Amino acid sequence: MTAQVITITSGKGGVGKTTATANLSTALALDGARVVCIDGDIGLRNLDVIMGLENRVVYDIVDVIEGRCKLKQAMIRDKHLQNLYLIPAAQTRDKNAVSAADMIRVCDDLRAEADFVIIDSPAGIERGFRNAIAPADRVLVVTNPEVSAVRDADRVVGILEAEEKGAPALIINRLNPALVKNSDMLSAEDVLDLLGIRLIGIVPEDEAVIIGSNRGAPIASESKSRAGQAFRNIAKRLRGEDVPFMDLTPQSGLWNAIQRLARRK
Amino acid sequence: MFDFFARKRSSAVSAKERLQLVLVHDRTDLTPAQLESLKDDLIKAISKYIDIDPDAVHIDLDREGREQRLVADIPLKSAARRVAEDSDY
Ligand SMILES: Nc1ncnc2c1ncn2[C@@H]1O[C@H](COP(=O)(O)OP(=O)(O)O)[C@@H](O)[C@H]1O
Ligand SMILES: [Mg+2]
Repeated sequence: MTAQVITITSGKGGVGKTTATANLSTALALDGARVVCIDGDIGLRNLDVIMGLENRVVYDIVDVIEGRCKLKQAMIRDKHLQNLYLIPAAQTRDKNAVSAADMIRVCDDLRAEADFVIIDSPAGIERGFRNAIAPADRVLVVTNPEVSAVRDADRVVGILEAEEKGAPALIINRLNPALVKNSDMLSAEDVLDLLGIRLIGIVPEDEAVIIGSNRGAPIASESKSRAGQAFRNIAKRLRGEDVPFMDLTPQSGLWNAIQRLARRK
Repeated sequence: MFDFFARKRSSAVSAKERLQLVLVHDRTDLTPAQLESLKDDLIKAISKYIDIDPDAVHIDLDREGREQRLVADIPLKSAARRVAEDSDY
């Protein structure tokens, strides 16, 4: 078996790349896959805290590239899942410490060891982004149902097309079904129609995501979380399973009906 | 006209319409002003050969999935009508 390298990118910052990387890596590992996730955001290391592994960081990816440690030494094993590893970003260096060729080399070394290598790309369309997409077999673009996030996602999709990276798949994150129902948020259909790429998952806005990040425990391992379920579904789709999309219509209780009536005035 | 009574257009509809325009221009690297002067130049070039009514011309960027195309709808005046118009004097 040789690993599939998947890069998660978005153009705009703050849309959920790191959240998606941590949760998809966790979900894939929960399903038994061997997963290595790489924090590609050199200088703005974050994936370690989101995964609750910040106290175990000794070496980082720049140490690997510059030969100060072996690849294995920079791979931090997850606290709960023994088949999940993180390679942290360097915090005190900048993105120029890494080249696209370096990223390709590191990923090639991981291919024999893992089933999935998941790369968390930095925001933007500059060098850090280019480094992150260089080794990718597949790219996932994360967006929110908001004008600026969709516009930036479109730029990124255009660049990926020009680079002949193959058509990326889309994750729509932080969808709020009540707002969509009230026509105050772009629907998933709207976003798909605008971007014209394939959908791989819709993740609802869910406060459990923030609570999970406070604790350093990705919500993909929480069976009750809606966002966690959405990420687990995406992980299954990445493995080639045909999983139906979740029903995200808001619950139609009496309270909701009253709220709708109140809004209509 | 009766905006006062009409329900305010939903913000999601505005978002989609505004994005549609922005994406077309982002993807083609053409500003709305450049598109206007492209239209003017096209009308001038075509008018050298055939008689057209500039106000009836529609030239626009259209999109289907991720493909962009420049679509022009240029009604031609028939030769007979041209003769009739010329003899109006
Ligand atoms: N589905 C979601 N529901 C609620 N909050 C979310 C969701 N996805 C992400 N967030 C929050 O949004 C913020 C930005 O997410 P992050 O993954 O760091 O974005 P990026 O890596 O793209 O900059 C974080 O505070 C995160 O907890
Ligand atoms: Mg991030």
